[in-house]
Amino acid sequence: MKVLYFAWVRERIGKAEETIEPPVAVRTVGDLIGWLTTRGDEYAYAFEAPKVIRAAIDHTHVRPDTAIAGAREIAFFPPMTGG
Amino acid sequence: MTAAVTIRIQTADFDVAQEIAALTNSRTDIGAVVTFSGICRGGQGGDATTALTLEHYPGMAEAEIARHAEEAMTRWPLTGVTIVHRVGRIVPGENIMVVLTASAHRQAAFQAAEFLMDYLKAHAPFWKREETADGTGWIAAKTDDDEAAARWDKD
Repeated sequence: MKVLYFAWVRERIGKAEETIEPPVAVRTVGDLIGWLTTRGDEYAYAFEAPKVIRAAIDHTHVRPDTAIAGAREIAFFPPMTGG
Repeated sequence: MTAAVTIRIQTADFDVAQEIAALTNSRTDIGAVVTFSGICRGGQGGDATTALTLEHYPGMAEAEIARHAEEAMTRWPLTGVTIVHRVGRIVPGENIMVVLTASAHRQAAFQAAEFLMDYLKAHAPFWKREETADGTGWIAAKTDDDEAAARWDKD
């Protein structure tokens, strides 16, 4: 699946997007954050306060307990500051 | 006539008067247009904003705005909605975004404009990076914005 990062999440990880294949045990958005955190210091830094991180699956806001099965695109970003 | 919905995300500046004219042009059923303009604010001192750079999530930003415009249409008898949001670097005094709501009467237009702004602040995927004389950094979200959006939630 494709993963996108925005704003300071993108800056901390050092990339805007990547394609990942998490293990099958990674079932939810929260699981995925936990798995990404193990991939390196830059991920641990980006996700150091997981409650702050917002997520979207295929352009729709989702919660940490949302299942990721069937997702084409998952995005992680800080709380929004538009308007 | 059906309601006109215009949603644009662009780097270029826009003219609020032209957007109003486009919304009301050749129609005689509109009695009120409410405009909310978001403008980049500067100030004095080292922590004053010298520029903002807006980032967005292409695809989702348009979808999220459209979803809220549709929601506004179902709640109020609107004849049109225009939402234009800029991205890229914006300096104090320039437009950031505009929300226009048109209706036969003012109450629907006022309420829909406020609803749209509260929801877009909290849910539309845009992020502001601020430049000041002291340095640059991402603007933190205000919890007030979440509370402002939540007051429109239906039970």
